[in-house]
Amino acid sequence: MSDFQPQLTKRFETKDGHTLKVFLETGGYASLKNLFAKKPAEIIEEVKASGLKGRGGAGFPAGMKWSFVPQNTGKAVYLVVNADEGEPGTFTDRFSMLYDPHLLLEGIICASYAINCHTSYIYVRGEFVEQINRLNAAIEEAKKANYLGKNIQGSGFDLEVYVHRGAGAYICGEETGLLESLEGKKGQPRIKPPFPAIVGAFGCPTIVNNVKTLSSVPWIVENGAAAYAAIGTKESPGTHVFGLSGHVNQTGYWEMPFGLPMMEFIEKYGKGMKGGKLKAVIPGGSSCPVLTAQECADLTLSYESMRDHKTMFGTGCAIIMNEHTDMAKILKNLTHFYRDESCGQCTPCREGSAWEDRIMKKILSGEATTKELDLMLEIADNMEGKTICVFSSALAFPVRSFIKKFREDFEKYCKPASVAVLEKITAN
Amino acid sequence: MAVTFKKETVAEFETIAARYPVRRAALLPALWLAQKEFGWISTDAMVAVSKLVGCSPAQVLEVAEFYTMYQKKKPGKYHLQVCQTIACLLNGSEEIKKVIEQKLHLKPGETTPDGQFSYQPVECLAACHKAPCMQVNDDYHENLTPESTEKLIDDLRKK
Repeated sequence: MSDFQPQLTKRFETKDGHTLKVFLETGGYASLKNLFAKKPAEIIEEVKASGLKGRGGAGFPAGMKWSFVPQNTGKAVYLVVNADEGEPGTFTDRFSMLYDPHLLLEGIICASYAINCHTSYIYVRGEFVEQINRLNAAIEEAKKANYLGKNIQGSGFDLEVYVHRGAGAYICGEETGLLESLEGKKGQPRIKPPFPAIVGAFGCPTIVNNVKTLSSVPWIVENGAAAYAAIGTKESPGTHVFGLSGHVNQTGYWEMPFGLPMMEFIEKYGKGMKGGKLKAVIPGGSSCPVLTAQECADLTLSYESMRDHKTMFGTGCAIIMNEHTDMAKILKNLTHFYRDESCGQCTPCREGSAWEDRIMKKILSGEATTKELDLMLEIADNMEGKTICVFSSALAFPVRSFIKKFREDFEKYCKPASVAVLEKITAN
Repeated sequence: MAVTFKKETVAEFETIAARYPVRRAALLPALWLAQKEFGWISTDAMVAVSKLVGCSPAQVLEVAEFYTMYQKKKPGKYHLQVCQTIACLLNGSEEIKKVIEQKLHLKPGETTPDGQFSYQPVECLAACHKAPCMQVNDDYHENLTPESTEKLIDDLRKK
């Protein structure tokens, strides 16, 4: 870790790091020389070899995704940047766009060249007004200096980049929901296949990549896949911006290579627990199954360790909870969130999320029995994998993990089933 | 009452619409322009948007209804959006909501009679490291305490 150089956050503390002038002074757009010297297919191979995984949550290998784009179909190819950051607990893309917008543009140029795309859209969540202004300013600067537009730096490659503002819908972070929204419709996800790489925006081949994924690309193009793969762990190469929120003394974000133990992350970077001992961790945004303190003992910040612990790396932003946290109240918060944000298209999700929320309300009011906890688990089983997109599963995961791992927190609100039967009999 | 866009807005819209291969894709941007010009998205504004974009009013309605940031009711001068999702909940968003509800006598979705403040609890604003947070119009206010929330409201009132 001693020789680790930040790639994604190196300009975050630099004065005017968001301007083209400072960006160029600090090695910005340096990857373009290597980029245009190679063929697009070679760039895809390079990114494949680097092992870069999508940072948006699913962790799909970026280079492989790019290789799915069919060429010479006569149709346009689009690159759409997913900057609809909204997964509860996740908050680092906002800084990438605010402090280093040109790095994202450089990544967009690299990816667009690789997939032969000439129009790219950055889909930014509607709340990020400051970020949208910064991106637009950066695009203007880049155009003036011929880093965007026609014949970029004499390479013969053309690219236009536009910012598209979202308007408040969590589901638009799902890539096909996002494409629907880009097309001016309700953000209701599409049935896959066809995957966006074949039929995406406006019926054309489209790659949707997260902000951090693309921001990671220039370093790979500049320094090579082998150098990138040497950072981090074997299965999780490279660096990432990891976030901490919740009950730690110091919340925030830090860029580092993959593989740091979670407990060290909390102790060293989070400056230890606030208000009590560790009880639970949601490792990568609210959709990831929750982990107990015990499970975190040998957890590291990497895709493989999260998988081994039967959870997900997600976005790499962890929510930390101390021993005084009432897990029933937290799950109620999540069921409310998912009920609110369900796009309503699929019945198991629309009805399931609403029922989970109603039952949680009943539990917290003291009216439920322990049988209803099992009912919640049953509903979760009927939600997972039964719908067009993964939103429904993203509620099933927390419901199941919260109730199974912290059942006592829920049972304290519940009457035993036998008592409820007696109450019913006496009432009659 | 029918509303019409200013000339400059129509010109701005045409610049935006040219960025997309189909005109319909400019519907979200058109709704943003409408909200900026008229303050909120009334049914009349929806009709104006449909004429601008070239789609049916029903299509505009379904999109405007789907996205929470389009105001279908006239908001106050200061629209207080308090994040209530997990990281903010862990750090006291319930108290922040209480302060606003008691100080301004507002329930979620309501506006003060003088039209100064409207209030809406919202889902994750992606500022979890500085929880609890709220957005007032376009601006983020972070690391809120009940005291700082009271002061913020007082300061906005004086403006």
